[in-house]
Amino acid sequence: MTATKKDPVLVVLQLSGGNDALNTLVPHGDPLYYDNRPSVRVPEGQALDLDGFVGLNPNMGPLKRLYDEGKVAVIQGVGYANPNRSHFRSMDIWHTCEPDKQGTEGWLGRVIREIDPNKENVLTGVNFGRGLPRALAAPGVPVASVGNLATYGVLTGIDAEDQRMEALDIFSKMYSPTLGRSAVVDYLSQTGTDALKGADILSTAPEMYSSSIEYGQDVVAQYMKNIAQVHLAGFGTRILYTTAPYNSFDTHAGELAAHASLWGNTSNAIADFMDDLREHNASDNVTLLVFTEFGRRVHDNGSGTDHGSGGVAFVVGDNVKGGLYGQYPSLEEDKLLEGDLHFNNDFRSIYTDLAENWMGLDAQPLVNGTFEKFNFI
Amino acid sequence: MPTNQEIAQMAHLMRRAGFGATYAELEQRAADGYEATVEELLNPIAQPDLEMDILERHFVDWKEMNALEVNQAYITYRMINTKRPLQEKMALFWHGILCTGNSKCEHGRQIQLQLDMFRDLGMGNFDVLLKGLSRDPAMVFYLDNCMSHKGAINENWGRELLELFSLGVGMDGQANYSEDDVKEAARAFTGWTITNAVPRYPYGRYESNFIYNPYDHDNDQKTFLGETGNFNGDDIVEIIARQQSAARFVSRHLYNFFVADEVQVPAWQNTAPRDPEAIALLERTYFDSGYNLTAMLRVMFNSDFFKNARFEKVKSPTEVVIGTMRLVQDFTSPKLGLQPLANTIRYMGQDLMNPPTVEGWHTGAEWIDSGTLVERINFAADQVGNTSLPGIREIVSRLDSEQVSTAEGIVDRCLEMVGAYELASETKEQLVAFVGNPAPGSPEYSDTIAQTLQLIVSTQEYQFA
Repeated sequence: MTATKKDPVLVVLQLSGGNDALNTLVPHGDPLYYDNRPSVRVPEGQALDLDGFVGLNPNMGPLKRLYDEGKVAVIQGVGYANPNRSHFRSMDIWHTCEPDKQGTEGWLGRVIREIDPNKENVLTGVNFGRGLPRALAAPGVPVASVGNLATYGVLTGIDAEDQRMEALDIFSKMYSPTLGRSAVVDYLSQTGTDALKGADILSTAPEMYSSSIEYGQDVVAQYMKNIAQVHLAGFGTRILYTTAPYNSFDTHAGELAAHASLWGNTSNAIADFMDDLREHNASDNVTLLVFTEFGRRVHDNGSGTDHGSGGVAFVVGDNVKGGLYGQYPSLEEDKLLEGDLHFNNDFRSIYTDLAENWMGLDAQPLVNGTFEKFNFI
Repeated sequence: MPTNQEIAQMAHLMRRAGFGATYAELEQRAADGYEATVEELLNPIAQPDLEMDILERHFVDWKEMNALEVNQAYITYRMINTKRPLQEKMALFWHGILCTGNSKCEHGRQIQLQLDMFRDLGMGNFDVLLKGLSRDPAMVFYLDNCMSHKGAINENWGRELLELFSLGVGMDGQANYSEDDVKEAARAFTGWTITNAVPRYPYGRYESNFIYNPYDHDNDQKTFLGETGNFNGDDIVEIIARQQSAARFVSRHLYNFFVADEVQVPAWQNTAPRDPEAIALLERTYFDSGYNLTAMLRVMFNSDFFKNARFEKVKSPTEVVIGTMRLVQDFTSPKLGLQPLANTIRYMGQDLMNPPTVEGWHTGAEWIDSGTLVERINFAADQVGNTSLPGIREIVSRLDSEQVSTAEGIVDRCLEMVGAYELASETKEQLVAFVGNPAPGSPEYSDTIAQTLQLIVSTQEYQFA
């Protein structure tokens, strides 16, 4: 790991819906790509070439710039054995690292517990979006889940500021721990106090922030901005998570236009985020993982693509050794798995790299097994 | 006029056996009497069902029910508006135990059909319900019984049937069944499968139907829980229903869901029930009634252990959202915004029809973490702070007509209106100091009441049912 006094921070961006790997990292040097994608393809000569064989989608210019700087690891052919093509189940597998049975604990929930076992910081983990992704869920691990950073807090529906302050004052007293009631009430008191404390701290992040970067107006861009704000505010947050809108990458129909706009926005958001951190000299302890639950069917359906396997993931950061990792899955018919790309690399290899080489933790209990690392950090 | 005590008792019954009720409904029911209300709840089909033909004109995707979000919106509306609250609560009860999830389901409607089955059979006899479950296409697919064949069994269904759906791993420190029993049960259910789900354009599939394939059924002798014979699936269910452990299983789940929070289910083998006498009474009723759920519910709701268990349960996210909506009387007829409302249940940690695992949701205090607590408080406070909603207008005009003007009077009356809640004395003192003494009829009167209600639903106490 790079010598640094700052604690390493992991940011995760989840692309919900199953991003089409073939039109993201385009195997433009393979004639089979054009055979299999008569309609839904990136036209010849348009992909942003990386190595003469694969290239990024033409709408991913900002990410290509970071790649050229050597700051993007592209993990090809990532997945797991016996791929599941249900959004829910496959996302669950990525979240819990339990491909064979349904797990309840998220791998990042375990990471947060490992980093902060005594719950000294209520903001060790912060999620942007409503509801907690299972990746962050683990019993007894507090994670703030922020729908809107500008208005996040308790009793935010009370408009008049002085009334809200008065109500919050009562709230803090109501939830102050008292002795002699039941264990459940004690637990509720502590949780309410934590929630209020977390909200109070988080709400100060936007006002401390100033930047020359103007993020896009799409959801991912705005949440990446919020992540930058919280990171720059120095609350000691170590795990930050956000997700693209529900199933937005699920491009069964009209894929070309939708996918172009999704990646235009997403790669802008990623590059703006990196530029923002660099502007504040705060990029040296941040690594970003971008993943999706599965890739899509090799053969298009005329308008879009259906659920498949074998995806592509990106790891971005100033400590990342950029380049292509893992083998691109073969498009030859006898090498496909029920018409889908065959995965070459287990997703838990990525997690193992991040846990050990980046966060400095023992990965085995976090990812439920031992997996070969790529050493992209 | 019913006494405050009778209102409090009725509020408790309606929170548990349903999803809560307005103060006016509580008064009416208290006047009718507690036992009469229990009887009405136990006889749901005497009340009208929702008028689906009308509702489908407003919510056009209810005809298909082919996506999780549509199904969630539908049952949210159903729970708010049903005239058969106990039937709906029992469907939710069984959904949390006999779990199927959208994470492994060919078609959204398939789980909705399963919930219909719970509405039909959920208050009848336990063996009949299990026979229905064994034939339920969503379940057959979810637990792979369609992959279980003569000579090549898949144990998934056989195992969960015993472990999670009927007996439990063990009780009083003893195991309830052996690994051999799991395999023998799986053998008896070979040939219980589903028809192929026909693809539909452009996405998804049509529903599957249950089908019995006698050529794929293992017709040899099986030995299950000490009995030997050429058992088929229904024989297995009948043997299960006779077990003491089945009686314990149903009784303890009823107690955990309706009376008071127990330890989490996996700990039941080695942890005695919270109230052994209550469980013993329910077990006796189970056998005396021929495994009948309605008989067990009747005994339970009329018992002292139930009546004395006010606020002994942490509300589930569903109970928070539906209970609050019934209080404020919103979404009592079709309108836009139902889907975002249904989403709030998910944000609080209960993704209905998509439980985290086949074990269902962990309950009690495990519903609460700092994220979900903020969701609960902000949701409920936003609702009760909205003085344009009929339920809140009703509370304001009621207090106004009663000329309640002292701070203490307002706090007390608001607590009664939301379901006869009781606050810790120091909490109540803080509320009283906050309220002041607005005059009835004055412009600030309704705002004061709304703010009082907002603070009440923000309390720890409101998190309990």
